Amino acid sequence: MTEFSFWDILRNLLLAARWTVVLSLVSFIGGGIVGAALLFLRIGGRRGMQFLSRGYIQLFQGTPLLMQLFLAFFGLGLFGIDVPAWLAACVALILWTAAFLAEIWRGCVESIAKGQWEASASLGMGYLQQMRYVILPQALKVAVPPTVGFSVQVVKGTALTSIIGFVELSKAGSIVTNATFQPFTVYGLVALIYFALCWPLSKSSQLLERKLNVAHRNH
Amino acid sequence: MSLIAITEVKKRFGDNEVLKGISIDVAPGEVVAIIGKSGSGKSTLLRCINGLETIDEGSIVVAGAQFLPDEVHLKALRLKVGMIFQQFNLFPHLTAGGNVMLSQMVVKKTPKKDAEAVARKMLDRVGLAHKFDALPDELSGGQQQRVAIARALAMQPIALLCDEITSALDPELVAEVLAVVKELAAEGMTLVMVTHEMRFARDVCSRVVFMHQGRVHEIGAPEDVFSNPRTPELRQFLGVQ
Amino acid sequence: MTYQFDFSWLIGSLPVLLKGIRITAQLILIGAVFGVALGIACAWVRALGPKWLKPVVATYVELIRNTPFLIQLFFIFFGLPSLGIRMSELTAANLAMIVNLGAYSCEIIRAGIQATPRGQFEAGASLAMTPFQAFWHVVLVPALQRIWPALSSQIVIVMLGSAVVSQIAAEDLTFAANFIQSRNFRAFETYIVSTLIYLALAILLRQLLAGLGGMLFPRKASR
Repeated sequence: MTEFSFWDILRNLLLAARWTVVLSLVSFIGGGIVGAALLFLRIGGRRGMQFLSRGYIQLFQGTPLLMQLFLAFFGLGLFGIDVPAWLAACVALILWTAAFLAEIWRGCVESIAKGQWEASASLGMGYLQQMRYVILPQALKVAVPPTVGFSVQVVKGTALTSIIGFVELSKAGSIVTNATFQPFTVYGLVALIYFALCWPLSKSSQLLERKLNVAHRNH
Repeated sequence: MSLIAITEVKKRFGDNEVLKGISIDVAPGEVVAIIGKSGSGKSTLLRCINGLETIDEGSIVVAGAQFLPDEVHLKALRLKVGMIFQQFNLFPHLTAGGNVMLSQMVVKKTPKKDAEAVARKMLDRVGLAHKFDALPDELSGGQQQRVAIARALAMQPIALLCDEITSALDPELVAEVLAVVKELAAEGMTLVMVTHEMRFARDVCSRVVFMHQGRVHEIGAPEDVFSNPRTPELRQFLGVQ
Repeated sequence: MTYQFDFSWLIGSLPVLLKGIRITAQLILIGAVFGVALGIACAWVRALGPKWLKPVVATYVELIRNTPFLIQLFFIFFGLPSLGIRMSELTAANLAMIVNLGAYSCEIIRAGIQATPRGQFEAGASLAMTPFQAFWHVVLVPALQRIWPALSSQIVIVMLGSAVVSQIAAEDLTFAANFIQSRNFRAFETYIVSTLIYLALAILLRQLLAGLGGMLFPRKASR
């Protein structure tokens, strides 16, 4: 058996961490697009659409991400395709992220004062114009801190894809552990790498939040 | 021929009837003050004229535009009457100029250059030409309210509705806003205002409406209403015995 | 798609599923009680505790909140035995959930405490309460009342997250589902069923917590 030095372990983990980053980005961007569509159905769509998107959000927020990954993995398989782990991982994470982002953003839109709707209505704007020129520009600003904050959940969520066999940081941790028999060091390092990815996001979310609050207080 | 014809308007919130059959006609160029205790329905009436609240019975016609709760009729109505709010409701993400330009460009499809020219003119009219590039939170309450007036004027309405527009202001800022309104009245703008400024109502308005429990309790020229209140409710409201 | 759905295995697998549900329920019960207790203790440290302990708690909270639960679980179950600390799968799962919820609830409770006006605490002190009494009666209880909805959501999130304890062979609901699908070769149907059970558990847990909140913090002056 070959000897693994500390640096070998670290290098292997860091190489795998690239896939954690890629998967996080894909999930976050894809989830953002699907989430925006859900948001519009949720707040502006017809009754039936509102009902559907609400059901979607509650379903994805009310069940384990792990189950969603399993269902994507085995469900896509029913179509007769041989599903690679990365595909099931992307699909499940995008759908999961979308549900949470849509709900976060809905809160932001609803936080805009009623007077803004009334003032723009009294100037003769229609619903889409109010949204486009008055409500969304303000909601977007409020949405930045919680959205950045949620990206931490996405990065951590990617760890679960190791369970369906996608080789990212967590899976690499298990593989390296099996080769080195040093679980304490390996999982400690894995945790630190996740921390290095997530902590800057958490911190910047907090700072943005504080900045926004200060700006609001100066009103 | 009246400019705003309000006929037998009724409005309910659930079981609570807040407007119990209101009829008021406003002639062009008139300045009408609506006074009354809070809860008398005066703000609701104003909001109905702008279509911010639907009505349950009766009709509101503004210069021939009937109030119907669909987007086309609402837009036609709102192009004719502008509204100023107690809380200013400026768009905080736009400059003063941007606030005045936005609806011209979006609703009336005015080209940007023309909209900007109108915005400068309107801001000048309320004495804030130099604040074109200021953001709302860089302005005092009185200045914000004057921008809101300029914003409504830019749509060239034939009447303005003012909903307690000085109530949220510090006392020292009230005068500058009222001065602007007074000037508009002098220029012949039709105004319907809910107000607590009795002195202003007496000096500037052509008619005063006293509302009580969802009805027009007294209506008349300011000197009549303020000097000879006929009902005990109005006397109590004015604090005279 | 010509796939034929088949749920005929369900009856025979009920005992396995029920056992899984019982373990998952047990995990979240223990995790919630001790996790929130740990969160309260940590929130106390951050508000009034000894100075040297504050950075320790802050580090703990940040570390947990910025790493995946799965890795925390693996570290406890696979990593700690290197230090001679060994425990069963269920104990490890319990411990991981307590440690995880402890960090999140500390943050949530702290936010609630910060929203309590400073004058409240001084009023408590002026009534000759000890700092701990003042913390408990004047600061903590109103704070908990304020953040109860957020805390409830977090408990539900931890319950859903507990699905991964199946990965260290703790025999929870997901473990049961994995076991069943390896016997019936009906993976999709099996996970549909277990997903729906999780959904029902989440809804039930939310109701229970809302009811508990109503009991713990009865609304004053409600007519």
